[in-house]
Amino acid sequence: MDYLVRFVQVHESFRRAELEALADLHNIKLDVVNYQSNYPYCLVRLQSEAAARLLISRSILGQGIYELWGIGTSYEELHEDVRRRSGHKWSEFRTCSFRFSVVGFQYKMKTSEQRKIIESFSYLDFEGPIVMANADTEFFVFQEHDLSVEIPRMLYLCRFIANSDRDVITKYDLKKRHYISTTSMDSELALVTANMAQAAPGKMFFDPFVGTGSFPIACAHFGARSIGSDIDGRSIRGKPTCNLMSNFTQYALTGRWLDGFVSDLTNTPLRLDRVLDGIVCDPPYGVREGLKVLGTKDGSGTEAVYIDGKLAHLQEGYIPPKRPYSFEAMLDDILDFAARTLVDSGRLAMWMPTANDEDVEFAIPTHECLEIVSICVQPFNKWSRRLLTYRRLGGVAVPAATKTSKRSNGTGIHADDLNSFRKKVRDCAALYSNGILTR
Amino acid sequence: MKILTLNFLTCARKTCKSSPAAFPLHPRDAELEIVETEFNALFIQNILPRVEWDALKGLCTELGLTNVPPEAPEPKELFDTSIKSAGIDEKEKEPTQLTRDLHNLLLETTIQSGKLVCGNCGHEYAIKEGIANFLLPSHMV
Ligand SMILES: [Zn+2]
Repeated sequence: MDYLVRFVQVHESFRRAELEALADLHNIKLDVVNYQSNYPYCLVRLQSEAAARLLISRSILGQGIYELWGIGTSYEELHEDVRRRSGHKWSEFRTCSFRFSVVGFQYKMKTSEQRKIIESFSYLDFEGPIVMANADTEFFVFQEHDLSVEIPRMLYLCRFIANSDRDVITKYDLKKRHYISTTSMDSELALVTANMAQAAPGKMFFDPFVGTGSFPIACAHFGARSIGSDIDGRSIRGKPTCNLMSNFTQYALTGRWLDGFVSDLTNTPLRLDRVLDGIVCDPPYGVREGLKVLGTKDGSGTEAVYIDGKLAHLQEGYIPPKRPYSFEAMLDDILDFAARTLVDSGRLAMWMPTANDEDVEFAIPTHECLEIVSICVQPFNKWSRRLLTYRRLGGVAVPAATKTSKRSNGTGIHADDLNSFRKKVRDCAALYSNGILTR
Repeated sequence: MKILTLNFLTCARKTCKSSPAAFPLHPRDAELEIVETEFNALFIQNILPRVEWDALKGLCTELGLTNVPPEAPEPKELFDTSIKSAGIDEKEKEPTQLTRDLHNLLLETTIQSGKLVCGNCGHEYAIKEGIANFLLPSHMV
């Protein structure tokens, strides 16, 4: 059976990837019949209405799902297709109360025009009452236009099946959240990230740059439990009444926050066993201030430091020295960590800027134990960022010498040098031609 | 910090990662607190195979917690498999008392303050208000 997914017309490159992640999570066989990034309507083939409901139930970038009753490039063609495609269904809805709406995409319609369109479907011969609210069933005519073009490019008649989970975006809106920072991920994209990583009840997730908890909160919404760490102890601790934990309390998700601890991914205390179902993160990109990991710039500090005869690092308020760290080396470290700690088919969903401050594109990091599932791009005015989603392959062991160790890491002094500003742009052509990468 | 989380933590020093003595970390001067939290049998079921049981037993002994089964429970022990519940939906199966006890131990028993000590290098990590600090001084990185 064919169904129509009605997407929102934002974050276009994330929409199909989110839908496919959800189909995979729910073990739903999904065939995308027609998807175009310029339009909100996407035709899919699914095995049942139940599958359609399940598929859309936690989608953020889908608005709803509908049963396709007809499609055409003109009303003549549409009516013909409705008769052929759904004639056998009409009697089932003959006596239901119903509602009939006409929706234009990139097109404003007069009421009189809408009425005329609705009347043209009178051959469906519905006898039930027309109601505006709580109808037994709802029908939609979607009239899809190219921008500023009078003639529609595509017309659909559909029966409404179910809405998505999109309404929760406002529930988790950062404006209403008590504990946030300037780098907190907005609720819409945090929820999309949790979907890409397939957060779900019973699963354990980890965010190694947890900040104020945007991702673990989104994962908790979908039922997963998370641990988080951050090199900045202040963000983990927050204030007595306003902290990571209080964010979970605000949404009555307290039980889904396991623990936060202060640590750095390059010296993580997590045991490197296959214990995580998902990793979600937005690694800090800070060329100007120089990314920091523990250590000193010049390699000094190999001796313990004493203050008043006591070990400095055991004293109250001790701040460990930090050394600059290449962003790309950090991404390699994250992939290596993910390969070692994710269960089979566990997912890593990670954000990264598309290019550095000199507009040199970053390569997409790869790892032999991780398959790239999707690469989505969020464009801004002057820059863009990507959400990369990886899946841990089964049956592949992490090699003893990983490429992380091969990359020069920490040999330079300045963050600028380390971040390979002058490095030639690496070729992503293969990814583009395979359709993995969306421009 | 929950007992479950402690089962996933070892010493942060790279040189300790391969040493069996670095896991689990040993609690010292630990103040325990029971913090009630949402029960989810599915989570217990999924997480149980990932728990290092001997490490859990050792940790609990050191903390004076005695309610740890000597062997890791089998999946079938987590849900009531009596005739009464035969044939009902997977999601509606009744968790056993054992599952609730495991929930209480792993997710509700927490260390609020104290230290975690590496059995290999002896480094101490502080826990304050339930949050552990694993940042290392530079001579240990
Ligand atoms: Zn150690």
